[in-house]
Amino acid sequence: MSVLVIAEHSNSSLNIITGSVITAAAQFNTDIHVLVAGEHCQAAAEAARQYQGVSKVLIADNPANAHQLPEALTPLVTELAGNYCAVMAAASTTGKNLMPRVAAILDLAQISDIVTVISPDTFIRPIYAGNALATVQSSDSIKVITVRSSAFPEAEKSAEAKKGGQAELEKIDLSINQDKSLFVSETLVSSERPELASASVVISGGRGLGSAENFSVLERIADKLGAAIGASRAAVDAGYVGNDLQVGQTGKIVAPDLYIAVGISGAIQHLAGMKDSKVIVAINNDADAPIFQIADYGLVGDLFNVLPELESLL
Amino acid sequence: MKILVPIKRVVDANVKVRVLADHTGVDLNNVKMAMNPFCEIAIEEAVRLKEKGLANEIIAITVGDEKSQEQLRTAMALGADRSIWIEQGGAIEPLAIAKLLKAVVDKETPDLIILGKQSIDGDNNQVGQMLAAMCDMPQGTFAFNLEIAEGRAIVSREVDGGEQIVSLSLPAVVTTDLRLNEPRYAKLPDIMKAKKKPLEHLTAQALGINITSSLTLLSVNEPPARAAGVLVASTEELVNKLRHEARVIQ
Repeated sequence: MSVLVIAEHSNSSLNIITGSVITAAAQFNTDIHVLVAGEHCQAAAEAARQYQGVSKVLIADNPANAHQLPEALTPLVTELAGNYCAVMAAASTTGKNLMPRVAAILDLAQISDIVTVISPDTFIRPIYAGNALATVQSSDSIKVITVRSSAFPEAEKSAEAKKGGQAELEKIDLSINQDKSLFVSETLVSSERPELASASVVISGGRGLGSAENFSVLERIADKLGAAIGASRAAVDAGYVGNDLQVGQTGKIVAPDLYIAVGISGAIQHLAGMKDSKVIVAINNDADAPIFQIADYGLVGDLFNVLPELESLL
Repeated sequence: MKILVPIKRVVDANVKVRVLADHTGVDLNNVKMAMNPFCEIAIEEAVRLKEKGLANEIIAITVGDEKSQEQLRTAMALGADRSIWIEQGGAIEPLAIAKLLKAVVDKETPDLIILGKQSIDGDNNQVGQMLAAMCDMPQGTFAFNLEIAEGRAIVSREVDGGEQIVSLSLPAVVTTDLRLNEPRYAKLPDIMKAKKKPLEHLTAQALGINITSSLTLLSVNEPPARAAGVLVASTEELVNKLRHEARVIQ
């Protein structure tokens, strides 16, 4: 049986974290189908067809699916799920919102936030803010899974001309009209910088930056490095930046090639969101800050001297 | 309006847990336990709705061992009117917890269920959504603002790209994010009063719920340790190391 991947998309584009879920799905060694449920979501469906290993893209294009509310999508996914050995989505806010609902309707356990596929029924997932890794085995006939996208690289795209290139496209007509949950509005932050969850360099600021204005210094450095900007919960709580930048146990989980923590002390909850980064740099004026214990390179010093120096040296 | 607030007893948020030598779990002996932080926020939100005159009864509920009654007492000290303890000694998965809660929802018929978006032990982030599905209720997960107006719950949600607002018919399930509110501390007289508030004792068996899990925990391991890092003396040295040693910048 095949694996069904629920696409993460904005109708007009496919989020590349879907490519990470496809990489996790590929470890089941079977066909992969991708469901793109939305409204006017042809562009996202076309993008999904480009991934190697995807044999079919199911497109459920309907006004009822416009905002991908879990109340509307759950009946669609549970209807399809019977044909698959696993249903997988990214452990994003969208995936976390939808998948437990799907699992509950099917009376199945969900395996959240997997970081390794050991075999099609055995997975590794972090618990206790990543301070322990649990290996769990599921005896369910259909595995309902959310995937930590930072733990899997994006799947390769196949060139159109290549043999076995584009996946088949199938329309799904089932649509669920419901009025229990109604979409009111959405404010999405747009940025020219790479997406936090998938950037190869991330520079994050903490309470040590002292103000929203001081984040602009980070922005200039980020622009030089082609980096995404992140923040600790303390910085978000202090109102320096929006919640969409929060890195941590309950925010975004990142694993870039380079993570630069500026003025971040390193609470367990923050470390949970970035400790799998390849190279970690900590810049803090407090030599005893816990962040230094996991940093590859630590620099003890006044941020307001170090940051301008850093900017001019890059 | 009647509000049900499911809560959980977990390892204190400031404790760094250690994996047991036999890899069967983490060491919870002599470790400080507390109410899950997101559950504190859920209780606080329910109490604020009651203080605004929008709710008349708050019921706290937990699934856990004997000691989890402590967290129910805390919830009642913070403002819950009564509580329900579903006794469960061993490990239990989110699906089974949601089933137990559903059995109580059927009996109590609350208008609103507020619970934490995840517990900081299992980090599953499942129970609220599962309960909503089982009860055929709409859900507002990861809430940072909640308004009740004209029989609907208007929930502002934290989503990856920013914020989203949904309007839910009642009854509904709301799960809390960190910025929904700042929980109060229990006052001593309220702690004393909470000792006299009603605490109902139930079991999975009494509720007729099968809590067997399809998941088997094979082992629990420490995450791979990072190699020790170095302290650099200057910004110049740092940039040099990143360029020529780690080779992560150009």
